[in-house]
Amino acid sequence: MSENTMTADVNSTQDGQLEFLVKGDHHPQNGTLLGFWIYLMSDCLIFAALFATYGVLGRSYAGGPTGMELFDLSLIAINTSLLLVSSITYGFAMLHMQANKVKGTMFWLAVTGLLGLGFLSLELYEFHHLISVGAGPQTSGFWTAFFALVGTHGLHVFFGIVWLVTLLFQLKKHGLIPENKRRVFCLSMFWHFLDVVWVGVFTYVYLMGVLP
Amino acid sequence: MFENLDLTKLIFGRLTWDAIPFHDPIILGTFAVVALGGIALLAALTRYKLWGYLWNEWFTTIDHKKIGIMYIILGLVMLLRGFADAIMMRLHQAMAFGDSTGYLPPHHYDQIFTAHGVIMIFFVAMPLVTGIMNYLIPLQIGTRDVAFPFLNNFSFWMTTGGAALMMVSLFIGEFAKTGWLAYPPLSGILQSPGVGVDYYIWALQIAGVGTLLSGVNLLVTIVKMRAPGMSLMKMPVFTWTSLCTNILIVAAFPVLTAVLGMLTMDRYLDTAFFTNDLGGNAMMYVNLIWIWGHPEVYILILPVFGIFSEIVATYSRKPLFGYTSMVYATVVITVLSYLVWLHHFFTMGSGASVNSFFGITTMIISIPTGAKIFNWLFTMFRGRIKFDVPMLWTLGFMVTFVIGGMTGVLLAVPPVDFVLHNSLFLIAHFHNVIIGGVLFGLFAGITYWFPKATGYKLDEFWGKLSFWFWLIGFYFAFMPLYVLGLMGVTRRVSHFEDQSLQIWFQIAAFGAVLIAVGIAAFAIQLIVSFRRREALVDETGDPWDGRTLEWSTSSPPPPYNFAFTPRVHDLDAWWQMKQHGFQRPESGFIPIHMPKGTWAGIVLSGISVVIGFALIWHMWLVAGVSFVALIGTAIYHTFNYDRDYYIPAEEVERIEAERTRVLANV
Repeated sequence: MSENTMTADVNSTQDGQLEFLVKGDHHPQNGTLLGFWIYLMSDCLIFAALFATYGVLGRSYAGGPTGMELFDLSLIAINTSLLLVSSITYGFAMLHMQANKVKGTMFWLAVTGLLGLGFLSLELYEFHHLISVGAGPQTSGFWTAFFALVGTHGLHVFFGIVWLVTLLFQLKKHGLIPENKRRVFCLSMFWHFLDVVWVGVFTYVYLMGVLP
Repeated sequence: MFENLDLTKLIFGRLTWDAIPFHDPIILGTFAVVALGGIALLAALTRYKLWGYLWNEWFTTIDHKKIGIMYIILGLVMLLRGFADAIMMRLHQAMAFGDSTGYLPPHHYDQIFTAHGVIMIFFVAMPLVTGIMNYLIPLQIGTRDVAFPFLNNFSFWMTTGGAALMMVSLFIGEFAKTGWLAYPPLSGILQSPGVGVDYYIWALQIAGVGTLLSGVNLLVTIVKMRAPGMSLMKMPVFTWTSLCTNILIVAAFPVLTAVLGMLTMDRYLDTAFFTNDLGGNAMMYVNLIWIWGHPEVYILILPVFGIFSEIVATYSRKPLFGYTSMVYATVVITVLSYLVWLHHFFTMGSGASVNSFFGITTMIISIPTGAKIFNWLFTMFRGRIKFDVPMLWTLGFMVTFVIGGMTGVLLAVPPVDFVLHNSLFLIAHFHNVIIGGVLFGLFAGITYWFPKATGYKLDEFWGKLSFWFWLIGFYFAFMPLYVLGLMGVTRRVSHFEDQSLQIWFQIAAFGAVLIAVGIAAFAIQLIVSFRRREALVDETGDPWDGRTLEWSTSSPPPPYNFAFTPRVHDLDAWWQMKQHGFQRPESGFIPIHMPKGTWAGIVLSGISVVIGFALIWHMWLVAGVSFVALIGTAIYHTFNYDRDYYIPAEEVERIEAERTRVLANV
């Protein structure tokens, strides 16, 4: 996405004097994607803190239920596949965007959003179930850390969907103008980032959680 | 569920008339003064019809220079509040011996030491550092604005929003009584059921959003927007230290956000992160907050090292000695700052091997820092030094900071730390490096770049007076604390029995009074300089014969900074241009692409403050409604695609012709 419009690049004039100015129009490169990437890395550190917390409190059951007793891996398997497939469908949206097809982009974005909603619904169902059997965030250090980590990820997915819906309206209104392309690109990074974090959650919380 | 619904409770939460401290004459008096001053200010703004000007030219501006100036004003105003807290503590401790209980009740004293720390770090040092970076980075790297101008405005208003919430706590309710890092379990809901810790949490969370986004913004600005030819090793050294600082901001503040979020959940949702029961772990909070907190120290000091480097080179009329080693030292400090956090709590009892690891890494940091001191000394060696005010601050810094650094190395020895932990020795140490380092550097920087921002220099006499009172006042105020700390006096104590200690506290209070004179002299300096601005005017744009690109523009610079983007061939680009007899172009101007101002930053921040206030007082309805409003406003703002405009070539030509006329008269 280089928008570098630097004109003729001269370091010195004909008579060998150093040239100290860019005489034409000069635009620095657009930094949005780099900036968003850096923001994602900072967000990653929030998750790092939550993972570390889970690492410290992950066996502090305080006599309450453990993950091994309550985690339902088949539910989580469905949940995980929904999110992973949504990353692929986002990839389709990006391919349509490269081909400048606004309809296809919007279609695949909508599919991605629906898969995200499916993920969130299952997660809410899981939370509701856990709380109803006496494993709420107040139960023990372990469940506190669990709900904080998984819930923060879920909140991110929720705001990703809000963003996605907003973007659908903007695509409908303005089409694939450069600003919108940049936004679709940023949301794509955000969405894949959440997927990567979920892989960590799935492995570290659920898979390792059911180990004795 | 709905039979208990109480509308008053839903709207006002736990806020009642009892929250206003009518019974406390000190606070009520302060409130009266602030209210009268505020009303007078608002009346004056209305009387002289300045609201439109302020709104259009300042509040909604995306010009990095104006935002930088607003940050600095915020920092200086909050310095007055933070210092008021400081001198109240000093006077109280000088009195509260034996039968005398001093004039501050313990619950009030506890709020004051907490507020003092929070304000000085988050709302004085941070805005001043961010403000100077904001103002200077684009000018030093030869660009027209930061990478994300709207985000810059938003960041400023979020920082200001946090400061506003902090100030509200003075008059409605109370502030935290926990110390500036609010360790649990003391800051938990059982031990601190009031609103104080909630004010602390939300003020810092709101300001933290601003700090983080400003870090991302400046980082991208430096990486992507440097003038052609300015490779990394040709960047001015202040820009280098700012780059490292912004890396630290981006890599440290999320941890603060996360850990405060966990404390919030413990307090609001009754979770068990840091509780004593149910498997919580309070020491995890201490670890996490210092993983942010130690880099934070370097976030403050690194840009200031950059300021000193620029000043030493300019006033010694020599290139900086050892530029490359300066850059490497900065980078090494940046990395090491993540490997030392545990030295803040050796007494946690992690065992000898862990403590010695962190003790050794801490001592290693003094090596690159020492290299910097030698670089400054060698820059001065055989230079033609001019002892202007910025240079005086620099020399004061070099002596004071070395003392503070050495006591720091002393504290890095774990067995020594077991004796001195939480003693006044520690207090003396970190004030020694923060005042002697950060604050002196900020005053040096403000004095140095003041003519660039305003077009006139600061008055020398009052500047020197301010410097000497600060310097001498500092030694009187803090050297006694080293002595007291060695004798075993701990921090945050509001009453003493041992009369033999009193004399040291009285000397320290005398020092605080000297510092008060220094602050007053600084304020008078601003007023005197404004009144003498005709005599102190800087028409050249380069009053100190500077070396870097910010001195190549007019003072103050035009909105677009540079009519043509500079092309850089060497470190000290402007110096090289002067050596080669550079001539300003006087024709051939082209339209300049600029971002437009926006209301969104101040509005979003205003709503955030309302959310914060509502959450503090458990006004759930208000909080919910304003949160929806916040998201709605943010989304509405994204539908605005019309965010830039062109300054026409004729306008550029007019501004540049005016400068040509002024330069001809110099």
